[in-house]
Amino acid sequence: MSKDARARRGTFRLLGVLATAATLAATAGCAASGSSESSDGTVTLEFAQWWEPELPEGALRGMMDDFEAQNPGIKVNLLSGPYASTKEQLFAGAAAGTMSDVVGLDGAWVSDFAKQGALADLSALMADAGFDDSELASQIQVDGSTYMIPAVNFVYPLFTNDDLLSKAGISAPPTNRTEFAAAAKAVSALGDNTSGWILPLSQEAPNGIQNDVMSWTWASGGSMLKDGQPDLTNDDVKSAVEFVQGMWNDGSIAPGSFTMKEQDKVEEFSNGRVGMMIDSLAHINLLRENDPNLKFSISAIPAEDGFTGERGIPYASWGIGVSDSSAHPAEAFKLVQYLMSEKVNSELSTVANAFPGNTKSVPDFSNSDPLFQTAFDIYKAGYPANEFTGLPVAEDLMRSFDGQFQSLLNGDQSVDETLENAQKEWESQF
Amino acid sequence: MTSSSVDRTLRAPGRFSKARRGSEPYAFILPTALLITVLMIVPIVMVIGYSFSDNVITNKHPELVWLANYAEVLGDPVFHTAVINTVVFTVGSVAAHLVLGLAFAMMLNTQLLSRFTKALFRTVYILPWLFTAAVIAVLWRLLLSPNGVVNYLLDSTGIASGQVEWLSNPDLALGSVTFINIWAGYPFFMISLLAGLQGIPHDLYEAATVDGANGIQKFFSVTIPQLRPIIISMLLLDLIWTSQQFALIWMTTGGGPINVTEMLSTYTYKLAFSRYEFALASTSAVLVLALSMVLAVFYVRHQRARD
Repeated sequence: MSKDARARRGTFRLLGVLATAATLAATAGCAASGSSESSDGTVTLEFAQWWEPELPEGALRGMMDDFEAQNPGIKVNLLSGPYASTKEQLFAGAAAGTMSDVVGLDGAWVSDFAKQGALADLSALMADAGFDDSELASQIQVDGSTYMIPAVNFVYPLFTNDDLLSKAGISAPPTNRTEFAAAAKAVSALGDNTSGWILPLSQEAPNGIQNDVMSWTWASGGSMLKDGQPDLTNDDVKSAVEFVQGMWNDGSIAPGSFTMKEQDKVEEFSNGRVGMMIDSLAHINLLRENDPNLKFSISAIPAEDGFTGERGIPYASWGIGVSDSSAHPAEAFKLVQYLMSEKVNSELSTVANAFPGNTKSVPDFSNSDPLFQTAFDIYKAGYPANEFTGLPVAEDLMRSFDGQFQSLLNGDQSVDETLENAQKEWESQF
Repeated sequence: MTSSSVDRTLRAPGRFSKARRGSEPYAFILPTALLITVLMIVPIVMVIGYSFSDNVITNKHPELVWLANYAEVLGDPVFHTAVINTVVFTVGSVAAHLVLGLAFAMMLNTQLLSRFTKALFRTVYILPWLFTAAVIAVLWRLLLSPNGVVNYLLDSTGIASGQVEWLSNPDLALGSVTFINIWAGYPFFMISLLAGLQGIPHDLYEAATVDGANGIQKFFSVTIPQLRPIIISMLLLDLIWTSQQFALIWMTTGGGPINVTEMLSTYTYKLAFSRYEFALASTSAVLVLALSMVLAVFYVRHQRARD
């Protein structure tokens, strides 16, 4: 071998070593753990969530300072970002085993994280800490173990535009499906591009299936599941789907549904072009800001005619869980326990304009919009219903149902075919 | 000191400097090579590896399934729809980019307009290129909304009536997103072709005039042949870029209504971030990579032929 060739080979070897080292360094850089313990024994927990940017400035940090004062030796480092960033961060952390100690969770993620082994079994942590879970409004379980506790809930009642309904000759918000269909038809008949109801079915964000379609099933005490498995062909779901299809055929639904998102729905309602919408209570302040003169009411989602049972009201949660890879699960659970305590949970639900996850907590609505108190009364009269919470690939289930539902509304298939196709698609995911 | 040790002492610096000289070129490319390795080669190799596993990322112990993922993706009717939609969207967009870009470039190169008018048009025509995909998506969602400006204008002028669902109607959605992409992408062609037009020697047109050629003959016999290398390069690059368009589709229609605007990019995204089937998503991504590589090979061959 010539000297040049030897030198070239040596250089290639050096390049190879450097490339490997760089790759290892790059991947090792991703493997930092969540919590840390200083030399004086102080444990610093990481709490990743999207809540802080959505709360009044300093509200969550203030609670953490209070927690640190009550628990000397534990510090909390808040990792805050928008919802989508937090989701990506958690999925990356779950894959790499570097999830933060305490994590804000959406119910739609829980099943996947739990099956991946990324979340700690809260049932075991509650037992170890001697925590009484009877005060919890709900727990999200997978295979009988709790992995998420809803800290606060945002309910989705029916919003009605008082002026439009009044113009259409409707004096009060509808309470059953017949009244609702009649009111929607009457508002649509007002003309001037006005519609009775609005239904967002965008494939990008398919939560319209949960909030605006399945909510009709839950409001009448129905279910889309049987023994934890999909049961989309049952009478309750079929009746709700037929009802929405009837509204579509009547021309009572605002145009543009197939690519409409939740923000479009709120915008159309605040512009006074839509008589009724099912929406998050969190948007009350936004509606007031967009149009201070808009007169609207909130009420329970109408049930089937003659239904007298308890109504399910759709909700979304700010859930909380503990990472399975946390080096300090006991300390992490102390933070969960603190946030779910009666006083702190009341405080959190007050600043978030939401309803508490602790049944004994009562939010203070004295400085809030009076409609929050009305919504709280509706919430207490019914039960929080969101069967997508805890299901595997919940968003994909909504999206596949959305595709089938759009085919139905487009006249490509019947209600039975729609539900059978969706059932098959869902079964393959369970 | 013996004579041989003196020799070694004298030879050593020479050997060292020779080795140093030999390794110099490699040292220059080392930073780039490292970056390409870490940012491109490693991820691509990992994705190709993932495509042969039963599931990855969400599965701690993935197993090798060889070509099972490829059979599943290639047998999925939605994948077939995505391929057809991607071809229609890409070919339609690229063809329109070329025609519009060339037309506007020739207009901006004409002697018939004053310098001020040309500067004004140049500014107006380049505007779509200054917006990001997110801004373009929001803008066109507002314009094409059933209660939007486009319907208002069509209604006012009597061209169409009612609330046309440009993005929500399954018969119109693919055409609408293609139109938006055409609007967003033609300035790139326009600017490149304008530069090409300005580089064509005037003598060629004078000679054609002497030969009695009319405007159309000059266009096909002088302009097009002179622009041919640029046109081919642009077409190939635009085919690669447009076939990978994701942000615009996702933010306007999300692949819907039903699946009439489902593209290979949105199909892959849904597999990864909606179903968390990262192995299937990797398989789809590898298939897209293979298709892009075909175009890339043509592009590189064309560039080499030019050199």
